[in-house]
Amino acid sequence: MNKNYLVSLLAVIGLFVIAWVGSAIGLKWLFGIVIPYAALVVFVAGVWRKVMGWARSPVPFRIPTTCGQQKTMPWIKQAAIENPSTKGGVFVRMLLEILAFRSLFRNTRMKMREGKLSYNLEIFLWVGALAFHYAFLTTLVRHLRFFTEPIPSWVSLIEKVDSFFRVEIMYDPIHFGLPGIYVSGLVLLAAVTYLFLRRLFVRPVRYISLASDYFPLFLIMGIALTGIFMRYFTKVDITSIKELTMGLVTFHWSIPEGIGNLFFVHLFFVSVLLAYFPFSKLMHMGGVFLSPTRNLTANTREVRHVNPWNYPVKVHTYEAYEDEFREKMIEAGLPVEKMPEPKPEEPKEEKE
Amino acid sequence: MNDKKYILGGLLIFIVLFAFPFWFNLGKAAPAPNPVLSEKAKAAGKCVMPTEFMRAEHMKLLGMWRRSVVRHAKREFINPEGKQYTMSLQNTCLNCHDNKAKFCDKCHDYASVDVYCWDCHIDKSKGEE
Amino acid sequence: MADETPKPSELLAKLDHRPPATGWMDTPVEIRKGMYCYAANPKSVKALGLPNARQWNPLDDDWKLPDNWQQILHEGFKERLEKFRTFKVFMDICVRCGACADKCHFFIGTGDPKNMPVLRAELLRSVYRNDFTTFGRILGRLGGARPMTMNVLKEWWYYMFQCTECRRCSVFCPYGIDTAEITIMGRELLNLLGLNIDWIATPVANCYRTGNHLGIQPHAFKDMIDFFCDDIEEITGIRPNPQFNKKGADILFITPSGDVFADPGTYTCMGYLMLFHFLQEKYGFDITWSTYASEGGNFGFFTSHEVMKRLNAKMYLEAKRLGVKWILGGECGHMWRVIHQYMDTMNGPADFLEEPVNPVTGTKFENAKSTKMVHIAEFTADLIKHGKLDLDPSRNDNKIITFHDSCNPARGMGMFEEPRYVIRNVANHFYEMPANTIRENTFCCGSGAGLNAGENMELRMAGGLPRANAVKYVHEKFGVNMLACICAIDRAALPTSMEYWVPEMDVTGLHELVANALILPGEKQRETDLRGEPLPGMEDADE
Repeated sequence: MNKNYLVSLLAVIGLFVIAWVGSAIGLKWLFGIVIPYAALVVFVAGVWRKVMGWARSPVPFRIPTTCGQQKTMPWIKQAAIENPSTKGGVFVRMLLEILAFRSLFRNTRMKMREGKLSYNLEIFLWVGALAFHYAFLTTLVRHLRFFTEPIPSWVSLIEKVDSFFRVEIMYDPIHFGLPGIYVSGLVLLAAVTYLFLRRLFVRPVRYISLASDYFPLFLIMGIALTGIFMRYFTKVDITSIKELTMGLVTFHWSIPEGIGNLFFVHLFFVSVLLAYFPFSKLMHMGGVFLSPTRNLTANTREVRHVNPWNYPVKVHTYEAYEDEFREKMIEAGLPVEKMPEPKPEEPKEEKE
Repeated sequence: MNDKKYILGGLLIFIVLFAFPFWFNLGKAAPAPNPVLSEKAKAAGKCVMPTEFMRAEHMKLLGMWRRSVVRHAKREFINPEGKQYTMSLQNTCLNCHDNKAKFCDKCHDYASVDVYCWDCHIDKSKGEE
Repeated sequence: MADETPKPSELLAKLDHRPPATGWMDTPVEIRKGMYCYAANPKSVKALGLPNARQWNPLDDDWKLPDNWQQILHEGFKERLEKFRTFKVFMDICVRCGACADKCHFFIGTGDPKNMPVLRAELLRSVYRNDFTTFGRILGRLGGARPMTMNVLKEWWYYMFQCTECRRCSVFCPYGIDTAEITIMGRELLNLLGLNIDWIATPVANCYRTGNHLGIQPHAFKDMIDFFCDDIEEITGIRPNPQFNKKGADILFITPSGDVFADPGTYTCMGYLMLFHFLQEKYGFDITWSTYASEGGNFGFFTSHEVMKRLNAKMYLEAKRLGVKWILGGECGHMWRVIHQYMDTMNGPADFLEEPVNPVTGTKFENAKSTKMVHIAEFTADLIKHGKLDLDPSRNDNKIITFHDSCNPARGMGMFEEPRYVIRNVANHFYEMPANTIRENTFCCGSGAGLNAGENMELRMAGGLPRANAVKYVHEKFGVNMLACICAIDRAALPTSMEYWVPEMDVTGLHELVANALILPGEKQRETDLRGEPLPGMEDADE
């Protein structure tokens, strides 16, 4: 058990206690209204600041990582997506990168046996990452049922698809599966657990992991667990909860009676995640769009890229070069610009 | 290369999407649902279990009832107060809550909870209306 | 090879990919013999007017830095964050997923966790967090931040010069984070304090003054090419007649000076001479060499963007002075990264040149119409496609060939098919190495980006392990005995690495193979290849 992991776990447990105790002693308006708004403001302002900060720095050179055959002569087939020379190619490349994690799909694992190296497809990280992100997205979208009235049909549709599988376990000691199972929530929990276990048990990954890698994992795990608990085990009065959440988005605030503390923990976790987002590695969500090794055309010899801060530099001119070597050049029969004068002048200063 | 406007555009699209619930509900009143209790229910004063429990966990109770009736043919339900009921959606629940549209659907539509009770059971209120 | 360099078996025996028990921030750097390059000679640093030229030794405690070195680094860091979006984004968005970890040849070969690309970048990121982010400042080590100290600086220096900027990790990174970019920035920052290595600084100084890394002066350059002409005459009976600094020639030819200097690059250089002679005789091809722009490579790229620009400027200056139509470039790796992705931006637009057209075939090189510089593999492939070369591939029959994609033409350009097309047309026996080790997945020779020195031999051999391992595989499976490449550093580095890991393997440039197969008009019956080895079927000719 290392420190980075422990500190993050304790931090999330601490957040749990804060929200639980806070709502238990009646600070429900704080955890139900004030903090979510504050978190939202921090999130939007923070993301704005970060992304515009990136945008402020120019892209002086066009340096895409080329992962396929370049465009040359017409009889050589170009890899139009992996080494795009058109905006369309770049668009598809970015689409694959963002929606299908193209580069991560290339992942291999190096193994060494008796001095022989092998590199085999290592697909689990890609699967885990895809599962995690899409489960998260689905979960987010279906939560819109708490934030819209009437609920748009596409939200209901996603929700219906998500709850396609029906598993009901109805025994005296355990009741599970009513009302309906959301696959996304379970996949999210499983994927986030996988990502955590990977950090814990794959040694190089554990070695590179910082507290700030564990913290969001624990936080999301907390969000998923509290959500799952409320839905399947402890049960909450969701009509009241929707009253609260609708109050937030329509600015008619209310804290209905009968909402359990666990809900405030759930909401607090989400608020913390939102507020933490812009200051953390989670900004890879925005950064993936802006990576100059992926989002530019690779036809760099065909179309000139302009560097806004290109400045003149000191170079060693041909004149200075010839002045130094003129005699030797003439002797070797190399052409020169200037034949030597009887009294050779001082070698010229290098010019700008 | 000036790509600031594209980045700004992308950022704005993201924020607009993110703010979807705020503009979607703009100008719409979204009152909390108000399920109508029938005269009979009002007269009874209380359900088979306390109201708090029923609001949050009625689906669990119904699920247990179904299992008890279908699997074990046991139809007796005795609540913590010692009162006895027949486990039956049609004859017990719907006896008081006799209008699905005005009672069940109010909250279920509000929270987008789609139930399959009515795949088998008949919504009596419909026939009467 | 230095005697202290461990033997291959020793190197493999001590190779352990398990990270140590102490965290990386708690593991102080130990600058170890065999793994680092000597400090830059102050004369070379001074030659370009770069800061803090002085005699210093990486093994000393005192690196003779200016008193305000932390401030210089902080401001340099800030300036680069504001000038390069790559740097800024890459500092912020890494999630430490670890996909890059085992992609680096130096990590595979050394097992040193700080050679995982992610940690190499974290060395800089930790300081970035401390200096430029609120969270980092507040949380300190817990937030992955640490202040710049002498130990951190030494770590930077040690590991920025254990990266060959090959970009293999960047292929696998889900956000395209490019460690080459990180290393480039890291080295730029180190150069602000005069912390270059000599294997880079001295070639840069040479190149600045004499036009090439090796410091070959104009008359000597011509002499060396003349020697090659002697050799060619001896082998083929034909003497090429290369032109130098010729005004009004159609095309300017620039290749890395390594090809003029040392085997087996010299054979590649002879290959160029023979190809140009053939074209001159048959089609009136008019090409000139330059002694002023006599270097294709650019070790300035391994120093800073500014020095890269200062050295690269000569190509266009010379093309303009000579009044050529366009430029043809020889086989080199990082040279082509610079030409393909930087030159036009830095020193262009080259509006004094024409859009390149192959005078022999009439092919327009559309893909080079702005930079106006064509790779010789593209050029030769085009010639072969149009049937303009007379070739006898059987002369290469005793060579069982595999092709090593050099990092930069692979991941900074995407030139995969052209050299393969050429090889298949000039030779009959060609086998690919395993798919995960070629094309965009290719492994570095282990000595790129200025690390091709003698004193860091252990590092180079360790870094060369993955490439050598794949070569060994085809050597054992198909009997491959010739490793072809299109990079001068490969031709300098791979023979050493092959001698160490796969002793029966020779290394060749692409145009050596072309020249072996190329039938010059009026040539005599050849008995040997360019290396003086008997041609297939000619083994007994001498006896």
